[in-house]
Amino acid sequence: MTHFDRTLDARGLNCPMPIIKARQELAQVAVGEVLQILSTDRGSVKDFQGWANTAKNIELVGQEDTQQDGKAVYVHYIKRVS
Amino acid sequence: MTTTAPPPASLEDRIVELERRLADAEERLPEDRVTIVVFSGDLDKVLAAHVIATGAAAMGQQVSMFFTFWGLNAIRSGKSLAGKQVFEQMMAMMSPSGSRSLPVSKMNYFGVGAQMLRAMMKNKNVASLEEMMQMTRDMGVRVIACEMSRDVMGVQESELMPGLECGGVASMLADALKSRATFFI
Repeated sequence: MTHFDRTLDARGLNCPMPIIKARQELAQVAVGEVLQILSTDRGSVKDFQGWANTAKNIELVGQEDTQQDGKAVYVHYIKRVS
Repeated sequence: MTTTAPPPASLEDRIVELERRLADAEERLPEDRVTIVVFSGDLDKVLAAHVIATGAAAMGQQVSMFFTFWGLNAIRSGKSLAGKQVFEQMMAMMSPSGSRSLPVSKMNYFGVGAQMLRAMMKNKNVASLEEMMQMTRDMGVRVIACEMSRDVMGVQESELMPGLECGGVASMLADALKSRATFFI
């Protein structure tokens, strides 16, 4: 379990919404803090990797998937680095 | 026979020359920018363009969307026949009057296919085209209507959504040449 400072529930949202919501939420995250994002979109796993690869201001510090009520939930942790 | 080598440039001169070349190279580097040309007026394709636009904007790219030819139908706010020539009136009558009446590129069946796709998207909790369009605005995506195709198709400026920029091929290329990726949809 990765440490995080804020959490965003993007469950039930589809591409491209998890990334967009996370981007908006990032404005509330201080530099050095970690945002946790919960998503049910399987594509979001690669999406967050792609975003972290191109962006200079964030770092993907962890990803995991869990089961909630029989549905897969993909959890991403992004750290704001600038 | 001996050739005389040119006198070695001083270190300072070489630094000045290098800095000049570096500045020149930096000038030519692409920016964090994405350009999308929306030529199609099909619901599915316009939707794809907006998914790319909102995704790129979320990833921190400055996005420009150029709407041209059939794509103009997606940014219409209505249609009027007043003050138009016969062909322009015919064109207007046969064209969708905005994003809500766009057809799908396959299996449209007089609009049934488009309504079906919208219903399926809603069931799967995918944002509608109109929600995506609002999002692009909120995220600062530039929306530019192509002046030339607007004129050719007889679409009046008053028929387009308010607050759009207008431009031509050079303004599109100015953005595209500075972009990391350009899409033609």
